[in-house]
Amino acid sequence: MEYLVSLSIGVLTATGVFLTLRARTFPVVLGLTLLAYAVNLFLFSMGRLTIGLPAIIDKTAKAAQYSDPLPQALVLTAIVIAFGMTAFLIVLALKARGELASDHVDGLADNQQIAGQQNIVKNSDPDKGAAE
Amino acid sequence: MSHLTAWPVFLPLITGFLLILLRGKDIYYQRIVSLAAVAGLVALAVALMAVSLPGEYQVYLLGNWTAPFGIVLVADRASALMVSITAVLALAALWYAIASDTDEKGPHFHVLYQLQLFGLNGAFLTGDLFNLFVFFEVLLLASYGLLLHGGGRLRTRAGLHYVVINLIGSTLFLFAVGTLYGLLGTLNIADMAARIATAPGNNLGLIAAAGLLLLVVFGVKAAMFPLYLWLPGAYANTSAPVAALFAIMTKVGIYAIIRVHGTIFGSGAGELAYYYMPWVLGLGLMTLTFAALGVMAARNLRGQIAYLVLASVATLLIGVGLNGSSALSATLYYLIHSTLIAGAMFLLADVILKGRGAFEDRFESAPEFPDAALVGAVFMFGAVAITGMPPLSGFFGKVLILNAALQHEWVVWVFAVLLGGGLLTIVAMARTGSTIFYRTLPENPSPAVTAGEPLNRYAFLAVIGLFLVSPVLVICAQPVTAFTASAADQLLNGTAYIEAVLSAPAVNQSIEE
Repeated sequence: MEYLVSLSIGVLTATGVFLTLRARTFPVVLGLTLLAYAVNLFLFSMGRLTIGLPAIIDKTAKAAQYSDPLPQALVLTAIVIAFGMTAFLIVLALKARGELASDHVDGLADNQQIAGQQNIVKNSDPDKGAAE
Repeated sequence: MSHLTAWPVFLPLITGFLLILLRGKDIYYQRIVSLAAVAGLVALAVALMAVSLPGEYQVYLLGNWTAPFGIVLVADRASALMVSITAVLALAALWYAIASDTDEKGPHFHVLYQLQLFGLNGAFLTGDLFNLFVFFEVLLLASYGLLLHGGGRLRTRAGLHYVVINLIGSTLFLFAVGTLYGLLGTLNIADMAARIATAPGNNLGLIAAAGLLLLVVFGVKAAMFPLYLWLPGAYANTSAPVAALFAIMTKVGIYAIIRVHGTIFGSGAGELAYYYMPWVLGLGLMTLTFAALGVMAARNLRGQIAYLVLASVATLLIGVGLNGSSALSATLYYLIHSTLIAGAMFLLADVILKGRGAFEDRFESAPEFPDAALVGAVFMFGAVAITGMPPLSGFFGKVLILNAALQHEWVVWVFAVLLGGGLLTIVAMARTGSTIFYRTLPENPSPAVTAGEPLNRYAFLAVIGLFLVSPVLVICAQPVTAFTASAADQLLNGTAYIEAVLSAPAVNQSIEE
């Protein structure tokens, strides 16, 4: 189980970092979301991995037999914060898309990029026509 | 247990809620409530300072849970000082925002402003690492709103960068906190410092890595090289009162390094004692180099002042990195000076920008604007203060830091970078002053387009008020340095901090039992 969890955290983090480094706002948002998932899993596993143990200590049970409740509380807080921040970021990215007329993170699409986009549009038109 | 420690955190929060209820009413009511709350915050900060002055730790147990199980707020001399600086700066910036009608350009300026203060004061007073993360998020979310206040293309673009880099910073913060919790089993800063001494040897590498990860996070907030690239754009493009208030935001990062790293990895940490210091000093020197070049290369006044903020942050990092009682004391002295003067410079840049009309704050010749003599004299004063020339407080701060550097093994580098950077900023500011105030055009090329607004005297009061701190800091240098020295000693006395936090008693224990 340890390998599986650490592998998931690693893959999520790597994907998140890769997407965050992209030049368009949407992959960046996705990347940040994946990073948030990764860190939530990571925080959760910091209470050590246990199966089938209660988070509330029973007086009659042995002291060691419980799962650490604190990381669960931390994850809950982190989820709420990450959720709110992602919502804010999406709205901001949309606002930037509207005001800057580009979804590039630097906002200023240079001529090459615009030309490239026009080519894509031109190329896609005949395909559409053919499909129809 | 006095409630005084908690009030600087809760007053802005309660005021923020009240202001939401006043939504839709005349902005006049919001202004009264907001201004009264910030004035009250100044009074609270003074009271907190008076209580902390004798050197006792004011520990406040939230929910009456004793540390390390509950969250604690801790006020000592350094945190009382930070709360006081925040309150004074907030009052001046809010006064400017109201007098110049900046607050009318968006619906929620006052609410966000109060929540920003809530986050700032919380970050300065908390004694719990995860709670520090939460307060960071509060102050960041408020700052996102404030940064975008008023709108505009450049502002949106700078805001996007600012938000994304801070979200990545928050993620790294959680990774670092999680690692530290997994290895030390606690989130209370004092308890962490107590446990790190007895941590098993094979965990030390991971703990050190988590500590450096935290340094990266605080470095993002403090705009440390190479993580400063968001700062010039964000600070230069936002509205003036917000930029002035943000002068304290970078200092949150510096304070967090002093508090968190200084306590956890302090002299009691065994093998890891002060292992992060070479990083702080080295990166501080790099930051100052790039900041001085940025000051030289800036093409408008607000961009230049943003780089001057960066230079002041770098100077503070150098002061922290020199690691010692006298260096820390000098850092705190320079922190008071640089925060308030940088705030005043952003407000002054806005005054100049409005006076020059269509020429804004670009470095090009414009016709002479109304009251240029008065504004120019104040600019001269501010430039002398912020570049660190005698006789104002910037000079004293730098002398204190250089003096503390004499015993350090990197003394040559510190002197070379600090003095060389100072020279470059002086040259740049002299050039700025002569471009804006001396090399004026003889007549107005097209009066209809370029006419600026006349000087707003009420708003200008905030600028002068903040600048007056500089001569006061010089005249009262003896008591102020005595205070910063005692605050530095208290910060370096980690065992007393641990003892005070972990032994703070809960109230009414007998009734509960």
